[in-house]
Amino acid sequence: MEKTIIECDNVSFHYEHSTVLEDISLEVKEGEFWALIGPNGSGKSTLINIILGLLKPDQGNIKLFGQNIDSFKQRERIGYVSQKSNSFNSGFPATVLEVVKSGLARKIGLFKSFTKHDEQKAMDALRVVKMDDFANKNIGELSGGQQQRVFIARALVGEPDLLIMDEPTVGIDQKNVASFYSMLNALNREHGIAILLVTHEVDLVTELATHVACLNRSIHFHGNRSDYKKMNDADISAWYGHPVRRVHQDEKEGQR
Amino acid sequence: MISALFTYEFLQNAFLSGLIIGIIAPLLGLFIVVRRLALIADALSHVALAGIAGSLYLSQSVLFFSALNPVYLGMAAAVGGSLLIEKLRGTYKHFEELAIPIILSTGIGFGAIFISMAKGFGADLVGYLFGSVSAVSRQDLWIIIIIAIVVIAFIRSFYKELFALSFDKEYAKVSGINGKVIQAVFMIITALVIGASMRIVGILLVSSLMTIPVAAAIQLAKSFKGAMLYSILIGELSVIVGLFVAYHLDIAPGGTIVITSIIILLFVLGWNKVKGSYHSRKVKGDFA
Ligand SMILES: Nc1ncnc2c1ncn2[C@@H]1O[C@H](COP(=O)(O)OP(=O)(O)O)[C@@H](O)[C@H]1O
Ligand SMILES: [Mg+2]
Repeated sequence: MEKTIIECDNVSFHYEHSTVLEDISLEVKEGEFWALIGPNGSGKSTLINIILGLLKPDQGNIKLFGQNIDSFKQRERIGYVSQKSNSFNSGFPATVLEVVKSGLARKIGLFKSFTKHDEQKAMDALRVVKMDDFANKNIGELSGGQQQRVFIARALVGEPDLLIMDEPTVGIDQKNVASFYSMLNALNREHGIAILLVTHEVDLVTELATHVACLNRSIHFHGNRSDYKKMNDADISAWYGHPVRRVHQDEKEGQR
Repeated sequence: MISALFTYEFLQNAFLSGLIIGIIAPLLGLFIVVRRLALIADALSHVALAGIAGSLYLSQSVLFFSALNPVYLGMAAAVGGSLLIEKLRGTYKHFEELAIPIILSTGIGFGAIFISMAKGFGADLVGYLFGSVSAVSRQDLWIIIIIAIVVIAFIRSFYKELFALSFDKEYAKVSGINGKVIQAVFMIITALVIGASMRIVGILLVSSLMTIPVAAAIQLAKSFKGAMLYSILIGELSVIVGLFVAYHLDIAPGGTIVITSIIILLFVLGWNKVKGSYHSRKVKGDFA
């Protein structure tokens, strides 16, 4: 039986005045690639923050790799790319390589310094996102999309077992989005990394993901991709809040 | 000055102390600047003023304090202030910057009261405010050496964590780096460096030595390691030139050191502009 990597059990959450999540239950198992989709403001980022332990749920329970989140210590097993990675200080004096190496800080452990080997690992991670040529550039000199790829490398460098990404393609131009998704596909299929990907690009990702969860305050659907595809557009529009028409693979080529 | 340096102990004390704080103040300052804590250094130095003034005042009436180096009470006050700032930043979640004027005013307020109550430590006080070439004792030098060892050990041990926290606090937290403990220790270390530096540059100019060399360095460096190196080089250059001028013209070294660093900063800004690759890198990151 596959191991459960993320277990969300009846999670609810509210900010000061509004309930944002209601009774969310979700399980991500080893080797699975989940797309978490939903309109803007549907609570996707909030749910991710709860899963990562940045926010505490009002109710319910989170387990990571079978351990309760409060006692979970193996944080190096998670790679994370946040939605607003470009909120970092763009004048920060750091090279791309230094930023990627910082993704190893926890794994190396306290009181130890970076070694040549760590630098090699960081270069490998940069190669995966095709940013190795930029290793010695200042991070602030890159475009938003390039920075985002660097942050993905930072998430990958520690060889995580779980990759959580919150709208990572925002700011990446369309022609690179496809190659980014095929990279995720390879990480998932070849390296067996479980992925939880937040997106509002309903149609694109569902072609790649093995599983789909539709969120709008509560989970309106979760299951594998083929079941998701069996739903009709009217059902999806109903929870999405406005009409959604899923684009099919053949139409997409002409459209983009 | 060179020959005098071999003759007079007070000059050796001042010069060696200057060389050491020329390293540690900008080194720590780099982390302070990229974390947008520059004003906190200012607030803490004013709290140190209250401690020093208090110690000087008490030394006039209480025997224990007349034997005590005022730097100790200054440092203790700065450490206390640093912990208070952390506490206040938690209380005013939405107005974190309010903690700074509150602590700064408290420091100046107490400083003013002690200075007025004790009439007659004018000369001493000017030394504490703007630095002094002649007032650095062997004991001061030893305090500075010990603090330098603590600071360098701290930064060496927690370099990865400090970098990760400074660059992206949220990511650091997700990856399991204990920001709270490191932040608390960082604040205490900052207070200690302020205490160490104030003998040479003076309370009013301590934060300048922590920030101005860094402001110039981040204009020059692409990498964090590079920024570190440039900060220290510019800090050292400022201290050496500043002390030399201060000794020969008999003026307060705080002034000459800081103005030297300002001149270097202007030179760097000008040079960058000429080079045509000048992009103003505003520090607008977030760190709490
Ligand atoms: N820090 C916050 N304080 C108050 N409300 C918030 C906060 N962050 C998000 N919200 C609100 O919670 C809802 C869900 O936000 P979010 O989780 O960011 O949605 P999504 O990522 O799906 O766009 C939105 O209505 C948003 O306005
Ligand atoms: Mg979001």
